[in-house]
Amino acid sequence: MNEYLMPLTGGVFLGLSAMWLLLSLGHIAGISGIAWRSLAGPERVWRALFLLGLLVGGLVTHNVIGRPVPAESTAALWLIAASGLLVGLGARMGGGCTSGHGVCGLGRRSPRSLVATLTSMTLGIVTVFIMQSMLGGSV
Amino acid sequence: MKAWPALLSGVLFGLGLTLSGMSDPAKVLGFLNITGAWISDLMFVMGGAVVVTFLVTPLVTAREAPLLASTFSLPGKQLLDRRLVGGAVLFGIGWGLSGYCPGPALVSLLYGYESTVVFCLAMFAGMALEDPISRLFASS
Repeated sequence: MNEYLMPLTGGVFLGLSAMWLLLSLGHIAGISGIAWRSLAGPERVWRALFLLGLLVGGLVTHNVIGRPVPAESTAALWLIAASGLLVGLGARMGGGCTSGHGVCGLGRRSPRSLVATLTSMTLGIVTVFIMQSMLGGSV
Repeated sequence: MKAWPALLSGVLFGLGLTLSGMSDPAKVLGFLNITGAWISDLMFVMGGAVVVTFLVTPLVTAREAPLLASTFSLPGKQLLDRRLVGGAVLFGIGWGLSGYCPGPALVSLLYGYESTVVFCLAMFAGMALEDPISRLFASS
């Protein structure tokens, strides 16, 4: 099978998910916003159900379709924790993550989302470069 | 009434994240490692997703209202500000440290790995810290 077929298929599913949420409920499929607002405030229930659906989708991929489960990250736990803190803080401060700004925002032709997506990608690339090249990936 | 459409959307999103390889942090780090052994195929994830949203969004928002809600809940047309760029910078650094962003991390809870539990707990802590940290910067 073509190595690009699964990523492309997965991407189309992400797009269809976002378009269905927009068409049915009128909301942006931004995962960081959905996750945060599933904890408190109005309209928690549909957000919690969306998150439950995420897990169901994963179960279908690995247990029904039979795609292999990815290996666990080899990074030190303190680094994982620092990463999670920055991702959570940054997503709320910047008003979105890879899904809200990337998948949905670019589709809406939002200049803010384009800036946010390019900035995050650039910093992600720089961070990986520093970790790999200067620290030898040893952290 | 909003229950099943949200559940369906979540299932599609979960399928997309796991079929595409986005829930594999090693692959995501390989994608961001453009100066090393670059793994290019995740480009097709964002590509496939954005082609769909780019073509379909105008058709959907041309409607007066969504199917099951009275209005669209879309972000306003704010200008660029420091919060947007600052947030994206912090987010990008965090993403590059582990290869996890929020969607892939949450779906990976399914795998029962210690690291994904730690990531998700830290992510919610980071979200909770956003208010006090932003207020600190706003007042200084």
